[in-house]
Amino acid sequence: MADISVKESAPKWKFPFKIKIENRVDNPPRWLSPVLSLAAVVIALLIGALVIWIAGGDPWAAYTHIAKYSLGSWGVLSDTMVKAIPLMLVGLACSIAFRMKLWNIGAEGQFFLGAFGASMVVLLPVLPMEAPKWQFILVSAGFGMFFGALWGFVPGFLKARYNVNEIISTLMMNYIAIEWNNYFIYGVWSESGFQMSRMFQRNAWLPRLSDLAKRWPFFGGLTTHFGIVFAVVAALILWWVLSKSRWGYEIRLIGDNPRAAEYAGISIKKNIVLVMIVSGALAGLAGASEIMGVVHRLQGAISPGYGYTGIIIAWLAKLNPLAVILASILFGALILAGREVQPSGIPTLIQGLIMVFLIASDFFYRNRVRITRKVED
Amino acid sequence: MDLILILASGIATGTVLLYATVGEIFSERSGILNLGVEGMMLIGAMAAYRAAAATNSAWMGLLVAMLAAGLVSQIHAFITITLQADQVISGLALNFLATGISLVLGEGLTSLRDVVPQLPKFSIPGLSQIPWLGGIFFYNHSIMVYIGYLFIPLTWYFINRTRPGLHLRAVGEYPAAADTLGIRVYFTRYLYVFVGGLLAGLAGATISLSISPGWFGGLTTAGQGWIAIGLVIFAQWNPYRAAFGGFTFGALRRLVLDLQGPALIFGLSNPFHYNIHYGFFLKMIPYIFTVVFLVIGSSQANRKRIGTPAALGLPYIRGQRGL
Repeated sequence: MADISVKESAPKWKFPFKIKIENRVDNPPRWLSPVLSLAAVVIALLIGALVIWIAGGDPWAAYTHIAKYSLGSWGVLSDTMVKAIPLMLVGLACSIAFRMKLWNIGAEGQFFLGAFGASMVVLLPVLPMEAPKWQFILVSAGFGMFFGALWGFVPGFLKARYNVNEIISTLMMNYIAIEWNNYFIYGVWSESGFQMSRMFQRNAWLPRLSDLAKRWPFFGGLTTHFGIVFAVVAALILWWVLSKSRWGYEIRLIGDNPRAAEYAGISIKKNIVLVMIVSGALAGLAGASEIMGVVHRLQGAISPGYGYTGIIIAWLAKLNPLAVILASILFGALILAGREVQPSGIPTLIQGLIMVFLIASDFFYRNRVRITRKVED
Repeated sequence: MDLILILASGIATGTVLLYATVGEIFSERSGILNLGVEGMMLIGAMAAYRAAAATNSAWMGLLVAMLAAGLVSQIHAFITITLQADQVISGLALNFLATGISLVLGEGLTSLRDVVPQLPKFSIPGLSQIPWLGGIFFYNHSIMVYIGYLFIPLTWYFINRTRPGLHLRAVGEYPAAADTLGIRVYFTRYLYVFVGGLLAGLAGATISLSISPGWFGGLTTAGQGWIAIGLVIFAQWNPYRAAFGGFTFGALRRLVLDLQGPALIFGLSNPFHYNIHYGFFLKMIPYIFTVVFLVIGSSQANRKRIGTPAALGLPYIRGQRGL
C-alpha cells in the first residue's frame, strides 16, 4: 500500500479516524440503556416521518396530531390510558416469558380467551344478573385469567413434554382462539343474528373514573377504568417476583444460562409450564379487563393486535415490569391517535421500526465503539 | 366432495407453502433462524401485485416481489450476523416492520382487482390424461406449481450433493470449522438469508398473482408464513418432506372448506352442514394440525437425533470459543 501512495501526485485524503469495536468487559454505565432505547425510538420516528413524506403525507402534521389526540387534554389522556391498560398486561405477560427466553408470542390468543372467560361470567351466566359489582370484578378477572392460563398451558406443556417449538405453537393458538371466540360470537351468544353478544348489564361493568363525577365533577367523561389497578398491581407483583424472589431468580438463571440452572437443580420443564401459565393468565386478564371495562360485550374486533404490540413493549422496557408501564403509555398513544393517520399502516410500521432499532441499539450496549485519531506511522 | 378436486387444489395452495418452507430451510441450514417469513411473504404479495399492475406483466411482478423480499431479509441478516443480536427477537421485529411496510405501500391496491395480470395456468398435454394422477398433478395448474415440481429435487440435490450445498451445511453445523477451511461464514449466511427472502417473496407473489389473486392487506397470507416455519421442523430441513408437508397441508385447508357442503358424509348426516357455526371449528383444523405436525416432527427428531442444524440460532464470532 505504502509505495503506491508515494507515486500519487496529490496526497490522497484519508479518513482521519480509526473505528474500533470491542466487547465490553466492564458493566456499561446505568444511563446507557435508557439513552439507547430513547435514541432507537427517535430514529424510528424520524424514519417513519420520511415514509409518511414519501407516501405524500405531512409528517409534522401527523405527529402533532398523534401528540395532541393522545396526550393533549385530560380527556384524550384518559383514552390513552384505556389503550395502555391491556398493553401493560400483555407487556408484562411477554416480559416474564421472555426473561426465561421462552418466546410466548401467543399473548393475542390468550387475550382473546381471557375476553371469552370474562364474557362467560355474564353470558353463561356464572353470576346472576343482579349480583353486586365487586363479585363481577373478581369473578370475571378470575375467569379471564383461568382461560388465558389454559391457553398458555397448552404450548407450555407441549414444549416441556415433546420439545415443541413454542414460537409456532403459541402463534397457532392465536388463530385457534379467534375461531373459538367467533363460534360464540356468531353462534351461541349472538344477539339476534348480529356478530356480537348482547350488551352486558351495567353492574357487570368495571368502574370508571367518570363514575366518580357525581362527587368530583373533574372526572366527568373520563373513561379510564378499574383495569388500571389490575395492571399496576400486576406490574408491582411481577417486579417483586422477578427481582426479589427465589422463583424470579430461577427464571432469570434459566434465561441466562439454562445449563447452570440445571446443575443447580432447577427444573426447567416445571418452570416452562409455570411461566407459560402465569404469562397466559396476565394476557387473559388483559382480555377480561378490556371486555368488562371498555367493550362491555363479546365481539370480534376487540384487539388491534395488543398481543403483538406487547412483544415490542416488553423489549422496549428491557423486560423490566415497571418500565412496561411507561412503554405501554407511549404505545397506547400511538395506537389511539395513530388510527386517523394516513396511510393506515403507519402505526404498524413505526412499531416495527422501533423494534428493529431497539435490537440494533443493543449492539452498542454489548460493545464499545472507540473512535481514535489515526496516527501516521 | 370431489376427492381429485380437493387434492388438486391442495397441490396449488401447498405450492405456496413449499416455496416459503424451502426458503426457510436454506436460511436455517446456514444457521440463521428467520421468523420474518410471514412479513416477507406479505412484502412479496404486495410488491408483486403493485409491480404487475404498474408494468402489466405478471412476470415482472414476480421478479420485483422476489427482490423486494430478498432486500428486506437483509435487515435481519445484518442485525443477526453483523450485530449478533438474538435471532428470534430480530425475526419478530422483521415481521412487524415488513407487515407495516406492505400495509403502507399496499394502500389502495385492493381496488385494482380486475386489471392486474395473473401468471399463466395450463394443463400438461399427455400427462394430464393419466387417470387420477393427471387430474391431481397436471391439470389446469398455475405455472408456479409445475416449477415447484422441478424445484423440489433440484434443491434437495443442491443441498445434499453439491459443493456449495456442502459449504451451506458446514456453516450451519460447525461454522468455526468451516471458517478454518476457508469458507466465508458471514458471506454464506448473508447469501442464504437472501435466498430465503427471495423464496418467501416468490411464495407471496404466487398467492397474489396466481393461487388466490388479489391483495387483502394482512389477510393475504393468513398465517401461512408461520405455518411454513412450523413445516420446516416437520420437514427436518429436507425439501422432499417439505413438499409432502406443504401439499398435505394445502389439501387439508381445501378439505376444511368443502366439508360444509354435503348433507351426508358416508351416509351419516353432516353436522357441519346443518349448523354453519360449526364451520369455525373446521377453520381451526389447519392450525391444530400445524401443532400436531410439530409434535410429530419434534419427537422424530429427538429419536433419530438428526435434523436441527447444530449452530442454528447462534451468532458466529470469529476467534471466540465454541460453535
